[in-house]
Amino acid sequence: MERRFASIWFRHLTTDWLALRQPALRNMPFVLAEPVHGRMVITAANTLAETQGIHAGMVVADAKAAIPDLQVIDYPPGLIEKLLEALGLWCIRYTPAVAVAPPDGLILDTSGCTHLWGGERPYLKEIVTRLRDRGYDVRMAIADTIGTARAIAYYGKDAPIISSGAEWDALSPLPPAALRLESDTVHRLRKLGLRTIGSFMSMPRTALRRRFGPELVERLEQALAQKDEYIQPLRPIPPYTERIPCLDPIRTATGIEIAIQRLLEMLCKRLANEGKGLRQATLYCHRVDGKMVQVAIRTSRPTAHVPHIFKLFVLKIPQIEPALGIELFIIEADKVEDADPVQNALWGGVPGPEDTALTELLDKLAGKTGILRVSRYLPDEHHWPERSFRLASSIGENPTTTWCEDRPRPTRLLAKPEPIEVSAPVPDYPPMLFRYKGEVHPIRKADGPERIEREWWMDKGEHRDYYQVEDDGGRRYWLFRSGHYTDGQPQRWFLHGFFA
Amino acid sequence: MAVLSDDKRKLIGQLQKHLLRWQGFKPSENHPEGIGLGPIEKAFPNTIFPMGSIHEFIGTTPEQTAATSGFIGGVLAALMRKGGVCLWISTSNRLFPPAIKLFGVEPDRVIFIEARREKDVLWALEEALKCDRLIAAVAELREMDFSQSLRLQLAVEKSRVTGFVLRSNPLRVGNTACAARWHITPLPSEVEEGMPGVGMPKWGVQLLKVRNGNPGYWEINWSAGQFMDASKPAKVSELPMRNRKIG
Repeated sequence: MERRFASIWFRHLTTDWLALRQPALRNMPFVLAEPVHGRMVITAANTLAETQGIHAGMVVADAKAAIPDLQVIDYPPGLIEKLLEALGLWCIRYTPAVAVAPPDGLILDTSGCTHLWGGERPYLKEIVTRLRDRGYDVRMAIADTIGTARAIAYYGKDAPIISSGAEWDALSPLPPAALRLESDTVHRLRKLGLRTIGSFMSMPRTALRRRFGPELVERLEQALAQKDEYIQPLRPIPPYTERIPCLDPIRTATGIEIAIQRLLEMLCKRLANEGKGLRQATLYCHRVDGKMVQVAIRTSRPTAHVPHIFKLFVLKIPQIEPALGIELFIIEADKVEDADPVQNALWGGVPGPEDTALTELLDKLAGKTGILRVSRYLPDEHHWPERSFRLASSIGENPTTTWCEDRPRPTRLLAKPEPIEVSAPVPDYPPMLFRYKGEVHPIRKADGPERIEREWWMDKGEHRDYYQVEDDGGRRYWLFRSGHYTDGQPQRWFLHGFFA
Repeated sequence: MAVLSDDKRKLIGQLQKHLLRWQGFKPSENHPEGIGLGPIEKAFPNTIFPMGSIHEFIGTTPEQTAATSGFIGGVLAALMRKGGVCLWISTSNRLFPPAIKLFGVEPDRVIFIEARREKDVLWALEEALKCDRLIAAVAELREMDFSQSLRLQLAVEKSRVTGFVLRSNPLRVGNTACAARWHITPLPSEVEEGMPGVGMPKWGVQLLKVRNGNPGYWEINWSAGQFMDASKPAKVSELPMRNRKIG
């Protein structure tokens, strides 16, 4: 397949951004500087400063000598990376595969995308205009290889679109620095009088490698499409994804609903054809103002049933803030599993198809904002009450052990045992009475103790001696004493639950 | 008041039975023999525990709520005898899952839903009651007004799911459209003469309101995995070994 790449060069990435944030800076020379070995060194200068001879790498003191009213602003660490990533994410509307090329560029894999904008020229024009409108000074080029696109974007003088096979001619008038070389290689090339790429392009590769190292040959071959080069996309491209670009920005809930419906129809048709179902999906809404909002849904079993997934998304629509409008909807199936065409009975006695309605109900409940958790519990092999059950990993998981029913357990368990005051006649006997929340409960009947040891491999602490007690009103409680009886120390008693 | 002849009284009785049948008080095909509540079931119209309607339980203390949870567990066990799933919706998640096994419910067939606010509990309960694949849904709510209960009642009339609303310590009890209002209190358990320990759970079951039925008060035990009329206590020696109390 023919591959096409676009390279975008932000000529004044950081200063343009700063001028956007502080419009007052637009009409005065200013630089960003950071301390290097105790001196303030300029990292970026805006166009006005550059025309007066200030450039990156200068010491601030020298620049100030040249322009006394030069504004010097501290360079916020990590700014370039953050800006490039944000701009790269913004570019996802033009192609799913965007990579950052620090310190000041982006690489777009435009293969198979440009026809959506009516060809490469309108595509390039659209991106450049939109970025320039936002205030970024950019140059862009499209070519068959990353190397050539980048070289043309940074150093090209005429046409920014290089047709397939024309790399050789396009590269030959450019200086060697266009090939992304180390500075001493560039220096050595210039020393030998090789001032354009064309002057050494046709030399034998072995000679070039011997003289200038393997890097030059590799870069040259990459630029000429003789060697493959790959980009690392900002966001991995999920295998199941669909997108709808909108001609006019969408601002209403109905509009969003229609977009979701269409996206789901496309996605689910594909899933159903392949016998898959989604477990998790995310809807990304790219807004006109460059921000992105996203909502995600989960299902408890793989499904490709459009009305059901649609209902789950509809519950999330209130969370989508369209602001000035949404211009691109992308749906991604983050987690896809093989859908089971034969639905097995998950619950004893309930026939197959019925559980679809049930899981759909659970998905709906789980998707609602106010619902914190939908859980099912299975027995776990622990005596410690709080750990005697565990969350089921899926809705259809069967218990591996049986529920323990030979010990009395309270129907209501306090999340945290509450301390009580107790008077017990003899050590290891059930107490005579206890005081809980100011009320005294004389104990009439009692069972116990049931000693439950703490699982030392999981946490530290005292064991518990549990008693089931009943007071004079017939109310039944689960009390425990923490630890052994020791002389001279008060006993710590707790109330942990209420029996039926 | 004019004295009715026997024929007329019989006729009126029959008509009332028909009316109840149309209103949905018909014996469920799954539970022709009732759900094991014994004398309490006689309080309901047609002597049938109304499934497919809302039951309201009032509890004023945590102890009563615990007793009510156990009682609901016992009813759920009867409803879920042939399989199926039920939902337990609450904001606190205080129910201890292993404990309902003691009342005959498989805890892994209960789906616990934790909501942030009461409003969300109501929403979840209404959604759940609309799904006819469920056997029952239990919600722990504090307040419920008439219109809210009416919405729930309308939902269950279509789906025939049984709904339980456990109201712990409500500020206002008020009027509701529920089929029955219960009040369960724990009572001192019974142990055989001279034996130590705590006996099987015993409750005072009060039916405060029954639609078309007769309110009343009963004392029942939970033993041998079923409700037992406390007025006729069962001998421990008659119980099967596995249902005897241990500990």
